[in-house]
Amino acid sequence: MERLEAIRDYGVTIEIGGMPIRLCTDDSAYLSRLQDRFAGFISPSRPRELKLEIDLVLPGRSDSEEQVQVRNHGGRWTIERSDFQAGLDLGSRRGWVRQPAHPYATDSVLRILHSMVLAREGGFLLHSASALRNGRSFFFFGSSGAGKSTILSLAPPDVTLLTDEISYLRKQGDNYVAYGTPFTGELGRAGDNAFAPVAALYHLVQGSENRIEPMAPAEALRELLECVLFFAEDSELMKQIFHSACELVSRVPVQQLVFLPDARVWELIT
Amino acid sequence: MKHQYIARSPMVAARELGGEMVIMSGVDSTLFDLNEVATAIWKAADGATPLSEIVEQKVCAAYDVAPGVAAEDVEGFVRDMARHGILLVSDEPILEGQRTL
Repeated sequence: MERLEAIRDYGVTIEIGGMPIRLCTDDSAYLSRLQDRFAGFISPSRPRELKLEIDLVLPGRSDSEEQVQVRNHGGRWTIERSDFQAGLDLGSRRGWVRQPAHPYATDSVLRILHSMVLAREGGFLLHSASALRNGRSFFFFGSSGAGKSTILSLAPPDVTLLTDEISYLRKQGDNYVAYGTPFTGELGRAGDNAFAPVAALYHLVQGSENRIEPMAPAEALRELLECVLFFAEDSELMKQIFHSACELVSRVPVQQLVFLPDARVWELIT
Repeated sequence: MKHQYIARSPMVAARELGGEMVIMSGVDSTLFDLNEVATAIWKAADGATPLSEIVEQKVCAAYDVAPGVAAEDVEGFVRDMARHGILLVSDEPILEGQRTL
């Protein structure tokens, strides 16, 4: 049986944030598209990886405004949006996805799975940009149009892009570590597959000069929670995310970064 | 006069940060900030202490406010929090196991 499974297992393992997820499909053309889409985040198959069988279907009705529905049925999760359905048993680490042959749906499933797993471990996905400099990572978050992509486009050459869209924050012991992600935003460029301890989170505000201002912890928490990506209708996990965000605000500097669209802002980020 | 009792809902998450109490509803993720007086009432909402006693001990004794005004203000706050499912209100003491929305 093991041999048979090995033969049938046409897939690719995508490792983001140290969490390997194997995507399996019989469709070699789609597998090749996944390999292109997640290049830089492909890893060898791992014993404890989460495994998803992708069943490709013809495209149906798709509504870009539709909210995704994520529900927990006693440890078995279901994820539904107009363009895909998925199921996952976190206990057995096995799941399935029914979707058209478009990596966007797979991308969405991966974001949701990572958000669920991270929430249980004290971390989360943040709608923010993040970058690595001098062995430390920095987050840039704020409302739409605050300048997340702009600040990265102004970064000097010694700055490594982790993401311009979805940041990955994992709690490791008492520390927080940021990981690069392949999830792209306006820059259309995947982040580097790198990681570093988190030095600071900056709430972006465009202004007439470059400066860093303190934020009251409660205000920092409010702004941060606005940017946390979480999809599941699960009040216990929501509460856990709230406490995780409180922990983060208590342990890592969260400050306001007022900036001009000007490369000199990076003199403040070291 | 009939007593009223208030208890913190189990469906919320709360944390004091930098001296400010922040509460999140686990139902719809709405966030609430409580000021100093509201925080004192929130902390005293144990389901066993009558609301009138909370007003007397946590508001009238600590702030220069007339008892009638304090009672009216606190009742308004409690109504508001109950409407959002943050506080539970009952004419009877609210035991730990009875705290459901």
